[in-house]
Amino acid sequence: MSKKSSGAENSILYRLKHMTDTNKLLTITIVIFFLMYIGAIVFQGEGFLKPQTFLSMLNANAALIITSCGMSLVMITGGIDISVGGVVALVSMCSAVYLDYHNGSILGAVLISLGIGLAFGIVQGYLVAYLEIQPFIVSLAGMFFARGMTTIVNTNPFNVQNEAFVALKDTRVIVPGLGSVNKLGRYVDAYVEIGVIVALLVVLLMFVILRWTKLGRSFYAVGGNSQSALMLGINVKRTKFLSHLICSLLAGIGGFVYFMHVGSGSASHAMGMEMNAIASSIIGGTMLTGGVGNIIGTLFGVLSLSTIQNIVSSAGLDQAWWTGITIAAMLCLFLVIQSIVMARKKKSVQA
Amino acid sequence: MENTAVKKSKGSDFLGKLLRQQLFIPVAALLILAIFNLIADPSFFKITLGYSSAGQPVLSGYLITILDYGSELAILAIGMTLVTAASGGQDISVGATIAIAGSVILRVLCGTDSRPETLQTSFLVAFLVACVVSMLFGAFNGILVAYFKIQPMVATLILYTAGRSIAAWINNNELPIISDPTFAYFGGFIPGIPIPTPFFIAMACVIVIALVLKFTNLGLYTQAVGINEKSSRLNGINPKFIKFLSFVILGLCVAVVGLIKVSRLSSINYSVIAKDIEMDAILAVALGGNALSGGKFNMAASILGAYVIQFLTTTLYKFDVQSDALPAYKAVVVILLVVLSAPSVRQKLSGLGKKLRVKEVA
Repeated sequence: MSKKSSGAENSILYRLKHMTDTNKLLTITIVIFFLMYIGAIVFQGEGFLKPQTFLSMLNANAALIITSCGMSLVMITGGIDISVGGVVALVSMCSAVYLDYHNGSILGAVLISLGIGLAFGIVQGYLVAYLEIQPFIVSLAGMFFARGMTTIVNTNPFNVQNEAFVALKDTRVIVPGLGSVNKLGRYVDAYVEIGVIVALLVVLLMFVILRWTKLGRSFYAVGGNSQSALMLGINVKRTKFLSHLICSLLAGIGGFVYFMHVGSGSASHAMGMEMNAIASSIIGGTMLTGGVGNIIGTLFGVLSLSTIQNIVSSAGLDQAWWTGITIAAMLCLFLVIQSIVMARKKKSVQA
Repeated sequence: MENTAVKKSKGSDFLGKLLRQQLFIPVAALLILAIFNLIADPSFFKITLGYSSAGQPVLSGYLITILDYGSELAILAIGMTLVTAASGGQDISVGATIAIAGSVILRVLCGTDSRPETLQTSFLVAFLVACVVSMLFGAFNGILVAYFKIQPMVATLILYTAGRSIAAWINNNELPIISDPTFAYFGGFIPGIPIPTPFFIAMACVIVIALVLKFTNLGLYTQAVGINEKSSRLNGINPKFIKFLSFVILGLCVAVVGLIKVSRLSSINYSVIAKDIEMDAILAVALGGNALSGGKFNMAASILGAYVIQFLTTTLYKFDVQSDALPAYKAVVVILLVVLSAPSVRQKLSGLGKKLRVKEVA
């Protein structure tokens, strides 16, 4: 490759041309994220230069990162799961009720969260993989079921008073060396919440699984072409089942992380989170058609999304509708880009 | 001995034929619900003739409520059936687009003043503008699905999230109120006629779509595209245009429902109007026995399905189920329906039926 190309620029162009779809979309995402962040620093002023602004973004979106990882996995396998927002709401409500009304322990709440995630995963995975029902219908029903159940469990939103939980919620992990001096001239440490550490661990784990394990590669194979995956001896149904199982399990974990961040239970929690998760995955370069995607891209997708939200709110357009419209517009843009990439690829294959 | 066996097999044949009828599912569901209500509380079926506050005769009772609100669903079910049949997916943005259509109607009627003394234009103009706008949004969905080949549910997810925001933005987040009492006719009662107006609107829509299906090739083409896109293209049909068209038609249905919805309140509430209606519309199509993966469809079954869904909703309300908890029950119904219509489950069931029949004959 280096012999063929004469200059450095040529070789970069060559590489760009011959990248796999996964890497191409990942590059687009990362470039867009950095452009956006630099743009924010230039146009919105100093606020974005502080490390804490970035870390707060992570704090607020830890749950979204976790659920988006699950969403990416399902989308790589060729399915979709729009029940994650509902599961998050259900988990936070159940944990809140358990902690406050039944004087439960933190461990119990975590187990409840995981249990709810597992239950959703098993049912939805079975319906999608073994009964071959469209994943969209199944998870749409799952979403409405979860939202309805949240109201049945408890109607009114409330804040959790449980001492052990409040202590856990307020735990701050200080990031050394990133503090800044505030207006009063005092040095303030930069911090992240526990949820962020969980989220980063999940990202790392999922990245390793998808990149280097047999199971991870089989997700790509099934999503790319389930027929040929079957010929290769992959258990397609089991792979699909596992993808939905892991996604819902991650939604359960994400639910608890979300609960740790907000510290309350409410039926209107995580409204539209499924949309944000799908948008992050798509912005992160995961193809809706399956077989293409990257967890690192998803992480950057979430960051891009929250950067946009930050820009919108700091530009003074803080009416609630602008956020919805900007995210939808971004999703639309990336969907069209993907569609064009796919169409081009098809043409080149035919040629 | 032989004779009875033959008779029996004939009987099961008849049963099999009945089971294979598409209208069987909604009718059976309706019967089950009706019998359940009859046992639980016969007063469910009571209809009383009362007088409204204006002194006009109105019918009231649970059945009238079903007729009233089921009509909205029936109108949506018409469009949703076409979209489902052509594209093999569903439009989940209908609730949000209803909010947009309603918002447009109010905006055109009220102008910038949210408490107008006199209306800016006639209702017809406002309605036509809303039709155009919601057909445009339908066209947006249609373009994404047909020309960019995005899965329908993901494409419509865009408007599902942004729609209510757009609706609020159209009216600058104000809640205009229309004081003209004639505006309430569309969602209420026309003086002198005791049956709710939405029912007549729904009947008009049904007649129009029946005529369209009878005298044009729309139904045939839609089914052809849904069953096999490639072969329909080889037969000279433009599958992209048919898909696009189905979304535009759904947009028109949405505008009609939007008119009814805002007329009921003479105002609008952006976050609550037509909430979760997409689920009901999809359920109506599924309950009508139409495959959610596209292909053949039966319009009458879908429309009947819509009323059955409203029957279910009203029954649940009667048993003091909170409106926010309703989706949980409906989700269970959806899952039951799709599981029963899944090919692998069907095979097993028919295998079971055959075994039973063999035993009977023996």
